Amino acid sequence: MIELYDTQRAMRNMRRAAMQRGVVAVLDVGTSKIACLVLRFDGSDRLREAEGVGALAGQAGFRVIGAATTRSRGVRYGEVCTMGETERAIRTAIQAAQKMANIRVDHVIACFSGADPRSYGLAGQVAIEDTMVSEQDISRVLSACDVPDYGEGREVLHAQPVNFALDHRSGLIDPRGQIGQDLAVDMHMLTVDATAIQNLAHCIKRCDLELAGLASSSYVSGISALVEDEQELGAACIDLGGGSAGVSIFMKKHMIYADSVRIGGEHVTGDISMGLQVPQATAERIKTFYGGVVATGMDDREMIEIGGETGDWEHDRRTVSRAELIGIMRPRVEEILEEVRVRLDAAGFQHLPSQQIVLTGGGSQIPGLDGLATRILGQQVRLGRPLRVHGLPQAATGAGFASAVGMCLFAANPQDEWWDFEIPVDRYPARSLKRAVKWFKDNW
Amino acid sequence: MRQVKRLTPRNDPAPSRWSYRYQRLMLTPLFRKMVFLGLPLGICLGLGAAYLSQSENRDAIARAYSDMRERIETRPEFMVNLLSIEGASREIEDDIREIFPHDLPASSFDIDLEAVRDMIVGLPAVAEAHVRVRQGGVMVADVIERVPVAVWRSRDGLGLIDVEGILIGELFARSDRADLPVIAGEGADSEVVEAMALFDAARPLGAKVRGLVRMGERRWDVVLDGGQRILLPETGAVRALERVIVLDDVQEMLSRDLVAVDMRLAARPTIRMNTHATEEWWQAKSLRSGTSEE
Repeated sequence: MIELYDTQRAMRNMRRAAMQRGVVAVLDVGTSKIACLVLRFDGSDRLREAEGVGALAGQAGFRVIGAATTRSRGVRYGEVCTMGETERAIRTAIQAAQKMANIRVDHVIACFSGADPRSYGLAGQVAIEDTMVSEQDISRVLSACDVPDYGEGREVLHAQPVNFALDHRSGLIDPRGQIGQDLAVDMHMLTVDATAIQNLAHCIKRCDLELAGLASSSYVSGISALVEDEQELGAACIDLGGGSAGVSIFMKKHMIYADSVRIGGEHVTGDISMGLQVPQATAERIKTFYGGVVATGMDDREMIEIGGETGDWEHDRRTVSRAELIGIMRPRVEEILEEVRVRLDAAGFQHLPSQQIVLTGGGSQIPGLDGLATRILGQQVRLGRPLRVHGLPQAATGAGFASAVGMCLFAANPQDEWWDFEIPVDRYPARSLKRAVKWFKDNW
Repeated sequence: MRQVKRLTPRNDPAPSRWSYRYQRLMLTPLFRKMVFLGLPLGICLGLGAAYLSQSENRDAIARAYSDMRERIETRPEFMVNLLSIEGASREIEDDIREIFPHDLPASSFDIDLEAVRDMIVGLPAVAEAHVRVRQGGVMVADVIERVPVAVWRSRDGLGLIDVEGILIGELFARSDRADLPVIAGEGADSEVVEAMALFDAARPLGAKVRGLVRMGERRWDVVLDGGQRILLPETGAVRALERVIVLDDVQEMLSRDLVAVDMRLAARPTIRMNTHATEEWWQAKSLRSGTSEE
């Protein structure tokens, strides 16, 4: 169990080093675009760390000094499928962002949406050694969680303690120093395909960058698109991306479920391309300019010139009404939303006290989507845009940058994960100094 | 009619590996500073050092420098062609011209005005001097001479002395400066001021005064014609002299047959008579006593 998190601990150390140096890049490797933001930490919030959450919910400590987006290549369904192409795309984005920031970046925190994430709820319970809960007790209770057999070739991406319970009192955020007998923990663990992580890590390594952290795209877009009380009371964030739609459910400021649906905006584009017999690029353009999901009488009369470059005059001057375009797009969008509904049902979202659903990501910009989503997902649906962070260019404030902005917040103040806690003493190697100290403490 | 359209292959915006690495290197702060500041500086320093390491280059630079300096210094604006001396008598002017160390015309950069001034002031007859270079290449020396106030007679001969007691020049004959009074004696030159006050006080005596003699470096004797002397005290000499003059006015004392009037003790002025006068005095006294006895 411990060896598993060595890489995660290494990444945490790398992130700490990057914070020390003051510059870190965040990289959102998506199916349709790769976004890179360069953050500079001025260290102003380190002073306030003792007082809990700082100004602006802890977002004041950093500033975006470089931003770049490039068309993604070699990524499908949120996973790297062509290493060379992806590497070149990452290089393009990093270089442009570095140029804008005018500083070299060595550490990068990356997120991706695919790789088949699976959520597990873990529970553990131990008796406290002393009367008071110590750091070691928390480490022990985390280690005592019964880890399910999540399968060969999978890797833990997030493992966050969501809830602590001391004897009969539940809902504790920080049980340290409290007095009780039995400490129990509920933990949320997210596993993904190990090969996807390895591929992405390799691509980043080929760009001479150090990987200082990994995150799931559904998680980070939830951080940025959900407002604070939605995170507290419970809400689902649906990140409609290019190749996949991420689903994450938040409760009490913790992610309690995450999943992704392997259908996205590129499938809509593909449908338009096939339905109208146009190239993929033209279909993308038609989708973004004229797309929609609710047809009205006006749309029958609005004709769209499709254009083409075949040289056939008749073929190149075809027109299509907007109603027809909507007729192509709507079934696919409905399919995505229904698939999301299935995932939410599987997670038991309907049992949560709050039924708020927030749509974000590039796909949420389709006109009329909120009306359609209301029919499929429930009444409390809104479209979410990412939080405003310091120095973010206007071009990167759209819904498509929810996960990139969420990565900034994730980089600035990450939630505690399993590997951020101390290693329990009895799991130390036999000749460890800490173990000797503990023996002395127990026997004297 | 089919239009020929260029099918542009979708160009790849990705930088090559090497250009990416190069850009990252150039964005490294230290490296960038080194390239844009350190490298040009190093090249400049290196070239300069290489050039200067050749001794003929160094010589050429030194020569060019001295040439340029020479050319500027010898411009007509900076040349001194003439030495004009103002406020000095003929002999002193000749002396100054004789000791002036530079050959004119000379550049004003070479002439040290302070040294020239010190040199002129170093002459005994010069009390004060101002030296400056006037427009038009004229060097002006304003000289204030020492004024002789007395003739000092010493063992070496006659000399002229000013009020500060400084010997200005030799004198060959007393008659050359008959207008000046004479002082003599050892240490007379250090008390010229008092001597002049005494001469002032002795003015009623007129041409009878021959001079002053300093006695034992502490007090003055007034020597009158006919070898008469007035012995003055150390302090209050002028006052004592005035008393003598008053006595002379009233009793015509000095026209009598006296050798010296001794005023050294203010409470008891004493006169010394001639031998002949004394004998006369004794005779007169005995005559009177004889008659008185008879």
